[in-house]
Amino acid sequence: MVEFLQFTLGGVSFGMIYAAIALSLVLIWRGTRLLNFAQGGMAMFTTFIALEVIYRTGSYWAGFVVALAAGIVLGAAAEFAVIRPTLGKPELNAVIVTIGLLILLEGLAGIFYGGQFRSFPTAFSDIGLRAGSTPLGVSRFDVFVAAAVLATTLLLAVGFRYTSAGLRMRAAAFNAEVARLSGIRVARVITVGWALAGLLGALAGVLVSPATFLYPNSMDSIFVFGFTAAVIGGLDSPVGAVIGGLLLGVVLNIAGGYLGADVTALIALGILVVVLMIRPSGLFSGARVRRV
Amino acid sequence: MTMRPLLRILGAALVGAALIAVLSMKLNAFRDYQIAEIAVDVTAVAGLTVLTGLSGQISLGNGAFMAIGAYTTALLLLHLGWPFIAVLVIAAIVTAAAGAIVGVAAARLHGPYLAGATLMLGVALPSLANADQGIFGGDQGLNVVYSAPGFLGVNFPLTRWQAWVCSAVAIVVLVLLANLARSRVGRNWRAVRDDEVAAALAGVNVARARVLAFVVSATCAGMAGALLAVITGLVAPGAFTITLSIALLTAVVIGGLGSLSGAIWGSLVIVLLPTYATDVATSHGLSTTVASNIPVAAYGVVLILVMLIFPQGIQGGVLWLPRRFGISTAPARQPVSTEPHEKEGTE
Repeated sequence: MVEFLQFTLGGVSFGMIYAAIALSLVLIWRGTRLLNFAQGGMAMFTTFIALEVIYRTGSYWAGFVVALAAGIVLGAAAEFAVIRPTLGKPELNAVIVTIGLLILLEGLAGIFYGGQFRSFPTAFSDIGLRAGSTPLGVSRFDVFVAAAVLATTLLLAVGFRYTSAGLRMRAAAFNAEVARLSGIRVARVITVGWALAGLLGALAGVLVSPATFLYPNSMDSIFVFGFTAAVIGGLDSPVGAVIGGLLLGVVLNIAGGYLGADVTALIALGILVVVLMIRPSGLFSGARVRRV
Repeated sequence: MTMRPLLRILGAALVGAALIAVLSMKLNAFRDYQIAEIAVDVTAVAGLTVLTGLSGQISLGNGAFMAIGAYTTALLLLHLGWPFIAVLVIAAIVTAAAGAIVGVAAARLHGPYLAGATLMLGVALPSLANADQGIFGGDQGLNVVYSAPGFLGVNFPLTRWQAWVCSAVAIVVLVLLANLARSRVGRNWRAVRDDEVAAALAGVNVARARVLAFVVSATCAGMAGALLAVITGLVAPGAFTITLSIALLTAVVIGGLGSLSGAIWGSLVIVLLPTYATDVATSHGLSTTVASNIPVAAYGVVLILVMLIFPQGIQGGVLWLPRRFGISTAPARQPVSTEPHEKEGTE
């Protein structure tokens, strides 16, 4: 029973990481109708920038802030430089461009930093917390991970719901043509969406790297699980992304804890197949009509 | 009249076979091995071209089907010692069955949901190799021994034989797929891709067409996996990572979505470009860390540039360039339309 509790709590912090990646994919999907395969690569790259800043300044928080800023810049720059020119062309082209961007970023990281695994510092102690004498399976840093993603998510949700910029973004995602006719600069809104996605990715990268180490491919599997979480939740639904991420993180941690790490990919496939059998567009997709 | 396309396909196949035969005898063993590698990729990429380009379904998991074909081959060669041609047929049948299962499961999925499901399949399936280490050999994998037949003489280079076998399979697959694409089956796929409702109204069994495309594509991937097993001599989960599946899709789009000639261009790019860039980098005396990563970065840049400059892929560029300079190619066939075939939106 204690073990089960530990695995569940331990899964929450990984789940929130998957949720952050899933949410960044949802933001881009709603604006651009595109899967951004470079999301993990962008997160890896901004985390290397954070490590460089931490190394030079000795301050974790300086690196943290620079990583988030770099994520915003990288997301917006990617959209502006290589994604926008592909819009209106066959839709798989943009997907291949994001794959090209992923490979380019991994190559650049390899050129600058080499392929070896680097450890990444934590903001708080990573010694397991205890309730009385019972270890809980989570550390102070895990609590910070969950809180940071949750806070960012809530801020975004409030921003989307109550600010005029958020209203513009929702309008552009709902119907780009009508939004454009009512005077919204849809292209600019889409760039902002990519910037926010870059920020979420950078956050996920900084938060997960103490657990996974940092190397050019370190975010690949995090991206795959984040993508899976987004598909489970429904690519149009930010709520679905968070719940999908939490569900995946907790179930995989429990399954991995009892059955060994080899089964996690199979379990994830199982969850995905079951969910998509019942709801082919994810758990939280609204009532929708597929236009053909 | 109806015979002419068939004759042209067979003619192209003969020219291709002759070209490969000459090349394989002129070039060294390393280049022969590359020919074999390219032929393996052409086999897999051509199958994915049919699935994605003709039937409009995406797959990021065809590496999993290659793994199934490769493990089937390794197990049959290890335990039963059958001739390779029989093993290839069995591998094709096994992967066809796997493709049917995945195709049925995926029949209701579209766009990113299909991409997500197949991506997870590609990640999860190779991890089964660790499930029963006694049979599948875990991470170390299984060794495959396959040598050139005795009648060619003891001094016949193995790599040349590998290049011949792989190229022969690739050419046969291309001829069969080219005919299939022109047949009623191919027309049904294109109808389903362009408009499912209209296709259903016109009497096309949409579900059957979609599943059949998965079966065909999985069969090609399975045969490619069987070939890969015998040319590399080792079948291990590390060979069937998600990178492989993504490279296959990349080759399909870079070459020219929906075009079988494009499958050849795309395979040439994904095999030759990384080796070529590494050669250039090492010959300029760069440190190994930099030299081994410059090709990676260059590969990324090339993918982006090709997509921005030739939206229809290399095959689109090949068809476009002569026309641009006023040379009319006789059968100026338009590349298969790759208009977005599916838009999801809230009504």
